[in-house]
Amino acid sequence: MLGKLTWAAIPFDQPIPLLAGAVVLVAILAVLVWVVVKGHLPYLWHEWITSVDHKRIGVMYVLLASVMLLRGFSDALMMRAQQAVAFHSPGFLPPEHYNQIFSAHGTIMIFFVAMPFVIGLMNLVVPLQLGVRDVAFPTLNSVGFWLTATGALLVNVSLVVGEFARTGWLPYPPLSEMTYSPGVGVDYYLWSLEISGVGTLVAGVNLVTTVLKIRTKGMNYLRMPMFCWTTLASNLLIIAAFPILTATLAMLILDRYLGFHFFTNEAGGNMMMFMNLIWAWGHPEVYILVLPAFGIFSEVVSTFSGKPLFGYRSMVLATMAICILSFMVWLHHFFTMGAGADVNAIFGIASMIIAVPTGVKIYNWLFTMYGGRIRFDTPMLWSIGFMVTFILGGLTGVLLAVPPADFLLHNSLFLIAHFHNVIIGGVLFGAFAGYTYWFPKAFGFKLHEGLGKAAFWFWLVGFYVAFFPLYAVGFLGMTRRMQHYDVPEWRPWLMAASVGAVLILIGIIFQIAQLVVSIRDREELRDHTGDPWDGRSLEWATSSPPPVFNFAVLPDVSGEDAYWAQKVRAKQEASAEEPHYEAIEMPRNSPTGFVCAFFATITGFALIWHIWWMVIAGLIGAFATFVVFAWRDHDEYEIPAEEVARIDQANISERRDMISAAGSV
Amino acid sequence: MTDVHHSHNPVDLAPGDEDEGRIGPRLIGYVVGLGLALLLTATSFFVAGTDLVWQPSIPVAIIVLAIAQMGVHLVFFLHITTGADNTNNVLALAFGIMIVVLVIGGTLWIMANLNHNMLPMDQIMRMQR
Repeated sequence: MLGKLTWAAIPFDQPIPLLAGAVVLVAILAVLVWVVVKGHLPYLWHEWITSVDHKRIGVMYVLLASVMLLRGFSDALMMRAQQAVAFHSPGFLPPEHYNQIFSAHGTIMIFFVAMPFVIGLMNLVVPLQLGVRDVAFPTLNSVGFWLTATGALLVNVSLVVGEFARTGWLPYPPLSEMTYSPGVGVDYYLWSLEISGVGTLVAGVNLVTTVLKIRTKGMNYLRMPMFCWTTLASNLLIIAAFPILTATLAMLILDRYLGFHFFTNEAGGNMMMFMNLIWAWGHPEVYILVLPAFGIFSEVVSTFSGKPLFGYRSMVLATMAICILSFMVWLHHFFTMGAGADVNAIFGIASMIIAVPTGVKIYNWLFTMYGGRIRFDTPMLWSIGFMVTFILGGLTGVLLAVPPADFLLHNSLFLIAHFHNVIIGGVLFGAFAGYTYWFPKAFGFKLHEGLGKAAFWFWLVGFYVAFFPLYAVGFLGMTRRMQHYDVPEWRPWLMAASVGAVLILIGIIFQIAQLVVSIRDREELRDHTGDPWDGRSLEWATSSPPPVFNFAVLPDVSGEDAYWAQKVRAKQEASAEEPHYEAIEMPRNSPTGFVCAFFATITGFALIWHIWWMVIAGLIGAFATFVVFAWRDHDEYEIPAEEVARIDQANISERRDMISAAGSV
Repeated sequence: MTDVHHSHNPVDLAPGDEDEGRIGPRLIGYVVGLGLALLLTATSFFVAGTDLVWQPSIPVAIIVLAIAQMGVHLVFFLHITTGADNTNNVLALAFGIMIVVLVIGGTLWIMANLNHNMLPMDQIMRMQR
């Protein structure tokens, strides 16, 4: 009746996951009870869960990423603590649990923190920067978000029901095959990524279509803000790369469920094909994450330097070059696994070449700052912290791209230090810069500056203390994923690294405090004009938070830095003519995404535990959802012109005051 | 989203958007496409099971027919043309082809190299004898 699912699946003998699971469960129940008792449920359902508004979906993506960051970071703390104490001793985490923790840490941080964070910011900002009312496919957008949430949910269910994979964040066969991993851990990994992978692909299709097809009047490709360009490149990569991931994991699923032999040891399987395919996705994935971060830094550096972006066209070119080059370097992830010198040399050189466009970008940001009147607000601090940190991480990357050096450093902690250096220093700092920068746009009030700066400094210093010792200990020969060790030289470095983890923890606590304090003091931090940073692109041309239709009158663009040009013109001419308002049609909210994800969760869970009747029920439910959605009669509603005028006039008067105040200075 | 201004821009149309006119000519296009697709499919099956062609050339013939099949689908069903209004679609197609060539070509090269370097143990032993 319930397939492989029995009471033995609940880890009653392991106190750590059980206690953690219980705490999370109690917290979720408490929030649910609070929501229902306070009567917020209808609001949540109508305004958020069923929302097809790109801004709300973006906020929900970022919220998901933030919650998952806490989960992934607690895994990191446990690993650092384990390695600090596990010298000549078994430590406090048994090997099979430790293996699950590092696998879950990697999976969660990449797929459910970094990905939703950047996709959330792109969703929130790109339509605003393009000067339009919505993304190309609003309901599909909601489906994509909820499928990503399904994947995150399944990974976290594995904490208390069954187990997670012990194979690392990429389940290399033959270890991940049925012979060596008979439990449900790998199945949890596979189905959560298959489901959330569909969500990511949907988001990619949606954003590419939005950038290519939906731009406001006059918004040529070469007038788009840099963030739109990096969004385009990153989502092109999603469309090209994520099908490879889905297909590769599907082959592993066939091996595990139906006895196929794609990657097995016996019967003609070839496990190296898995390494090859997974990295043909895996390397573009790195750039899927970091390109949007580059876009955020471009916006932030230009705004807080008060100058247009230096070398805009070279930046576009560098972005598109990275987009293509990222598909030509994947072998450098398995230099040591048997390829010959000629193959290794060519992929090594390609890997070094990809550092060139990245270097172009760094110089462009430096020259943007040069001669500018720089304001050191929190987003700018994250950007400068990024530039310093990312250059160091990039240099160790170029070192690793040299095949002979890689033979020494492969799978050592040097590699771990390198990719944390670029992913934390690049992607995460970018995400935090974007979060602080666009928070007032999303919610109408700024985040507390002092606490934000404290969080930044603890993160920055904590990062260096946590990861630079790992470079050293990598040179001393320590390999990754060690549950215990007996080399005395490693110990001091690992102790230092755990101190760094604690510093980062303090940074995260400051971030939570910043959010709480800012919500409490929101009236003092309120952004009345919609343009709190003296911004340059169109997202600052509407109120904060923007009305559901974004712009009362769609802007007409005549150059780069569209909103900056508007402000300059408004100061010169003083009297703007009265805008002409028209009724606006917007898409109706739809529970399709949520219902779809509900059935996807049921199907995924049933597939993991081999509960076949439930699989069929889930699939029928998902198909029925699709049919009901396809049969809908009304998918749009109209906002009358008077209503649009009323909403817009309130913002315009505040904005005029600001501009005239700025003009009189 | 009915009020997007630039959708009137003639150089930037989605496939299927270009001819909103009568249904007759469009139907003919689909029928011709279907006919060609069926013909190519039938030919592949015929070639595989016959000795009319030189045996070793059969795989090549099937690959050629498959690529022709893709072309028919792109032109008649996905409406990829070289017209001025089709830049986006042609670029997307070019990007897709480039990625496919890179990934498949790279994979074939890498795997052949690996197979060459990592012969199964018994074969290495035989070579050393």
